[in-house]
Amino acid sequence: MDVEILSRIQFAFTVSFHYIYPPLSIGIGLMLVISEGLFLKTKDQRYEVLTRFWVKIFALTFGIGVATGIVMEFEFGTNWATYSRYVGDIFGSALAAEGIFAFALESSFLGILLFGWNKVSPKVHFMSTVGVFFGSMFSAIWIVVANSWQQTPAGYKIVGEGMEARAEITDFWEMVFNPSSVERILHVWVGAFLAGAFLFISVHAYYLVRDRHQEISKLGIKLGLIAATLFSFVQLFLGHMSADGVAENQPAKLAAFEGHYYTDHSADLYLFGWVDQESKEVYGVKVPGGLAFLTQFNFDAKVEGLDAFPEDEIPTQINAVFQFYHLMVGIGMMLIGLSVLGTFYWFRGTLFQQKWLLWTFVFAVILPQLANQFGWFAAEMGRQPWVVYGLLRTSDALSKAVQADQVLFSLIMFTFIYTLLFILFIYLLNKKIKHGPSDTHLIDHRPHQQGINDFFSE
Amino acid sequence: METFLGLDYPTLWFLVVGALFSGYGILDGFDLGAGAMHLFIKGDKNRRIALNAVGPVWDGNEVWLVIGGGTLFAGFPVFYATLFSAMYIPFMLFIMFIILRAISIEFRSKEEMKWWRTMWDISYSISSGMIAFLLGVVLGNVLKGFPLDENYEAIDPHLTMFLNPFSILVGLTTLALMMMHGAIYLTLKTEGRLFDKVVKMLEKCMIGFIVMFGILSVFTLIFQPHLAERFKDHPSLFFLPLTAILAIANIPRLARKKKYMQAFIFSSLTFSLLLILVAVQLFPNLLIASNDPNNSITIYNAAASQKGLGLMLTIAAIGTPLVLAYTFIVYKIFWGKVKLDEHSY
Repeated sequence: MDVEILSRIQFAFTVSFHYIYPPLSIGIGLMLVISEGLFLKTKDQRYEVLTRFWVKIFALTFGIGVATGIVMEFEFGTNWATYSRYVGDIFGSALAAEGIFAFALESSFLGILLFGWNKVSPKVHFMSTVGVFFGSMFSAIWIVVANSWQQTPAGYKIVGEGMEARAEITDFWEMVFNPSSVERILHVWVGAFLAGAFLFISVHAYYLVRDRHQEISKLGIKLGLIAATLFSFVQLFLGHMSADGVAENQPAKLAAFEGHYYTDHSADLYLFGWVDQESKEVYGVKVPGGLAFLTQFNFDAKVEGLDAFPEDEIPTQINAVFQFYHLMVGIGMMLIGLSVLGTFYWFRGTLFQQKWLLWTFVFAVILPQLANQFGWFAAEMGRQPWVVYGLLRTSDALSKAVQADQVLFSLIMFTFIYTLLFILFIYLLNKKIKHGPSDTHLIDHRPHQQGINDFFSE
Repeated sequence: METFLGLDYPTLWFLVVGALFSGYGILDGFDLGAGAMHLFIKGDKNRRIALNAVGPVWDGNEVWLVIGGGTLFAGFPVFYATLFSAMYIPFMLFIMFIILRAISIEFRSKEEMKWWRTMWDISYSISSGMIAFLLGVVLGNVLKGFPLDENYEAIDPHLTMFLNPFSILVGLTTLALMMMHGAIYLTLKTEGRLFDKVVKMLEKCMIGFIVMFGILSVFTLIFQPHLAERFKDHPSLFFLPLTAILAIANIPRLARKKKYMQAFIFSSLTFSLLLILVAVQLFPNLLIASNDPNNSITIYNAAASQKGLGLMLTIAAIGTPLVLAYTFIVYKIFWGKVKLDEHSY
């Protein structure tokens, strides 16, 4: 295998692994803000027990997220040197902003969130929780801005020619608000909220079927269901917005999503199917004219197919892109169905008797994770052969100084260490869940009298 | 070229990067150093105290590396790309130890079994030490320089090229400095018998660092004379190494007087002063091409655009007070001796 494919596999592997954790941190972060906020408002101790329990889970996901996140920053330099030179000027301000506004905020207040229970007053602790949550949200903004710039470059000019060419920033706000960034940031955020909400539901559903921590879990599952129902519907709308953006800005990618080979009127929308790349046919269940309708509100509209683009400017793995995209959409629909079903039984007052549904919820935690992964696979593979859409090819973006055997070495190293990391993660997550929230009377060491003012004048 | 306060943007950004890495050295320096000496601390409770001395802050400290790396990437993309792709294996090992260390801290105290804790103690300690060492090796190679072609790409880089005696010496000196710094930090966070033990370890660490620093200085003057040229050309700059030596000499003096807080300030100063020395020696080069000085990467040929640098400087100006404020708040809250509770590692 050559340097290019090895580097691509390594980046895909390390970034996919990393992306198990940030959505959980953002999603659990949201649930923590809600439950700790409710505790402060209602003084109901159950919310505090819930918050303290979830902070422990949060700590685990956050720590691994940070450690695996540094990897990508380094890989830009080590494996994708040409890319780094090309985009450095653009990403510079986005990365600087991420580091300074997002990372510093979340990592500093993380210490208080995890270890500060007995050091600060409940209000200061809540502010730290909010700080960490906002930090992780800001972090997502800048990373998605940078990635969106790769999808839909804006606010730049090209300086130099051939291999010396590079992009220079001309307008910061145009770069930040490039045509796809807003809808993609929202899509990513809500994907993360769903990951958090479904983990919340899963764990509490598990306690309910196992007849443990009943009181806390009834509360927890309801909070989770509210978030899941709200955000799964919001995601339907945001997903549509994103696809609309792709249709407008990256028509070749949209055509790959749907396996739409030939430009014609009344393009079809597949619910599921299989793309035969040889014969350029798609077999599956389709809504005739559906794609035309969804993109232009007209069943008869013309949609550009893959044939409208040069052979070397479209992705080669059309079927994979098609499948990942459709799996993401399909899972999104399942999340809506599950949330609505759960809420329905909750309102009928029989949710806790529906053992089969609770068991489904226990395992449904995997669904938003898969949807998040598949969505990114579709977005990134659909952009190929470009690393910066229309400007820089992935094959040109490599490091010239790196040999295949070096990348093979690091790939094996990452495989080994991430396997270890994942086993440990699952083991400890399972342990923490089995241990559960502390039902016993809380030994409260919290400095209730100490407000923020005393803290500063201390 | 646009300027601010009489300095052009690449120079200003060079100072920003320098300040960030100096902050990184001071902050992550003590937790890496404390980690490197972890195995010399005996007993599970003592080790837990040592671990929890850095527990609430190591993550925030590591963020300085992320930000420092980001500022390098952003401000000098050519340098970032060349250095990281040339030193592929050292950087990959560095990442591996970063991850291993995070796992070790996170997992060590989660199980009671002795073998479990010993295993993570070993990997925590070794990875902390290796991170400090590899940071020094990278710095050593940047100072020494390596062959570059006219497109500022490394010519035929390989691992053995980077494991030269000079860079290894810089690596060991960095490790020794961080261990001393970490030992001073632990004196501030411990009490009782553990404190007495740490004080003894601090003495050894101080001797170790001063010896390494001496060897490195002599070695540099003999084998890397280009690093002293700036000082020969500008004798007035001699006050810089002199100040550094005075600062270092002050550490054992303060430690003997049991003024550990002041000793910590001076070991922090040592990081800054040594990095200022490095900056003065290099400027305006970032990476010297050992084959042809014309191919050297400088802050000018590696820099992002004027517009880009201007933006980043604005962001840094707005953000820095915030970062300092967060850091201050967190350290203030966790000030004082470590008390283990139900939330500790």
